[in-house]
Amino acid sequence: MTRVLEVKGMKKYFGGIRAVDGVDFHVNQGEILGIIGPNGCGKSTLFNCILGQLTPTDGEVLLDGRPVTGLYPSQLNRLGVSRTFQLLQVFPTLSVRENLILAGQEHEGTKLSRLFGASDAGLTAEANRMIAFFKLEHLADQKAGGLSYGQQKLLDAAMAFMAGPKLVLLDEPAGGVNLTMLANLKDRLEAINREQGATFVVIEHNMDFVMSLCSRVVVMAEGKVLAEGTPAEVRADPAVVEAYLGH
Amino acid sequence: MTTRFDPNLAVILVAAPALWFIPAGFKPYGLYVVSLWLVMSIAAMGLNLTLGYAGLKSLAQGAFVGIGAYATAVLTKNHGVSWPIAFLSSGGLAFAVGVVLGFPALRVKFHYLAFVTLAFAMFVYLVAKNEEWLTGGVYGFSNIPRPVIFGVDLSRGLPFYRFVLVVTVVLTLAMWWLLRSPWGRAFLALRENWMRAASLGVDIRTYTLLAFAIGSAWGGFSGALYAPLVEFIDPAPFAISASFVLLLTVVVGGSGFFLGPFVGSFLSFVLPELLRVTGGWYLLVYASVVLVLLVICPTGILGLVERGRDHLSQRRAAAMRAAARPMLEGSEAR
Repeated sequence: MTRVLEVKGMKKYFGGIRAVDGVDFHVNQGEILGIIGPNGCGKSTLFNCILGQLTPTDGEVLLDGRPVTGLYPSQLNRLGVSRTFQLLQVFPTLSVRENLILAGQEHEGTKLSRLFGASDAGLTAEANRMIAFFKLEHLADQKAGGLSYGQQKLLDAAMAFMAGPKLVLLDEPAGGVNLTMLANLKDRLEAINREQGATFVVIEHNMDFVMSLCSRVVVMAEGKVLAEGTPAEVRADPAVVEAYLGH
Repeated sequence: MTTRFDPNLAVILVAAPALWFIPAGFKPYGLYVVSLWLVMSIAAMGLNLTLGYAGLKSLAQGAFVGIGAYATAVLTKNHGVSWPIAFLSSGGLAFAVGVVLGFPALRVKFHYLAFVTLAFAMFVYLVAKNEEWLTGGVYGFSNIPRPVIFGVDLSRGLPFYRFVLVVTVVLTLAMWWLLRSPWGRAFLALRENWMRAASLGVDIRTYTLLAFAIGSAWGGFSGALYAPLVEFIDPAPFAISASFVLLLTVVVGGSGFFLGPFVGSFLSFVLPELLRVTGGWYLLVYASVVLVLLVICPTGILGLVERGRDHLSQRRAAAMRAAARPMLEGSEAR
């Protein structure tokens, strides 16, 4: 099986604090990998190191077997790595459709061809398709800032998929989303995974969400990988139980 | 939507011919004031791109007008270069300097960036004042020639005003095109959430530098018109206060609204002249008007228009809710 993403010996120290302390994992083509762990175990720091938001102290990131460590977030994105953030990150004064066009436009042509080309970079149809896929039709022309939290979360996810990425990293997609919306989001993620063979890495606190969505789970604690396996294996692991529930 | 006709474009296309004819009967001073209004609107349009759309706090637009004005004065008066070449060179020079000044914007943000740009504005002013070999020092340049374009002599007030109008319309349409292109969306993304924009592939560095450089180029273009308009330049109009006035112009007109610079420029450069009828009080009256305006509409005059529109749509929604109330009460009664 081809490895879309491989992380080797990733370390990130903040002064004396070892936020990420030698993490290795990989993600296979078409897989949904979950990363779980208690608060402060270094999940988000790991994400930010992989995505170029932080410079790792040590370690290597391989995308399709090629090193991409230290690239800018925008460069990684244009190589097909997309992400969502833990906190909501949409563009509030742009409409839902404009948000989606923005999410795709930097992948169309060159800067110069975009300047002299169409205002929508030819993406209106694709944006409308994405709006329909995430069931946001009635909100297409509304400003994103006026949407409910759950709706913005859906838009946020839709933006991450707009450019047809090969790998999407989702940072707590279920956080603060109500149950109906959560079922909707999970349903959409599974559909994209099935139909387009897109590969996901999901950081999540919501255990039910991770265990039902992911095919494989990596458990982190204190900056290290504690366990790895199928949801069932991980749940049965005494070390995982201890890390979550204490002694 | 792409199919809808942009109201901003409609205003440009209606206003341009009207502005061609309206000042026909004006006296020379009136023509000078309306010309100045357009010239300063160009500079404000540039700052509106940098500040209003891309959200980069720049306090140096007056300096870029100065760079353009001096470049045009030196090229046309000392070196006999034709005005169109001097115009393009002024914009080009301001663009290049804008790229350099944009680099600090990659590292510092908000009011720290304002300080950096303010220091740059001070630097330009000091160069203009002290480097006599280049700028003529405090005496500046006098008798800057007005151009002859396609055989049309622009030395008189009305032809020059109409020439300024044509250049303004061209630059306004160019800016309109820029902002409706995907670049405009990328600039807005910088302002609203640069980190998210980066994660969507938006090249933050290049767009930040471009926002600075293009905004500065419009300052340079404005200066290239300013020099032949007043026919005499010295360092005073490009002191740091000029950059503050241009900032005020953008904010009062409506920062981030396409036509805001024209409204703001009217308030900054035409209203004081209209208030001269109040005699020695005019600066006091002017300051009060600006203060009251900013208290009433902190988002600028065009911001007020948008607020009015929001208010109307809210009233419509309230009316719809009121109409639906009997349904609600009916269901509660059951």
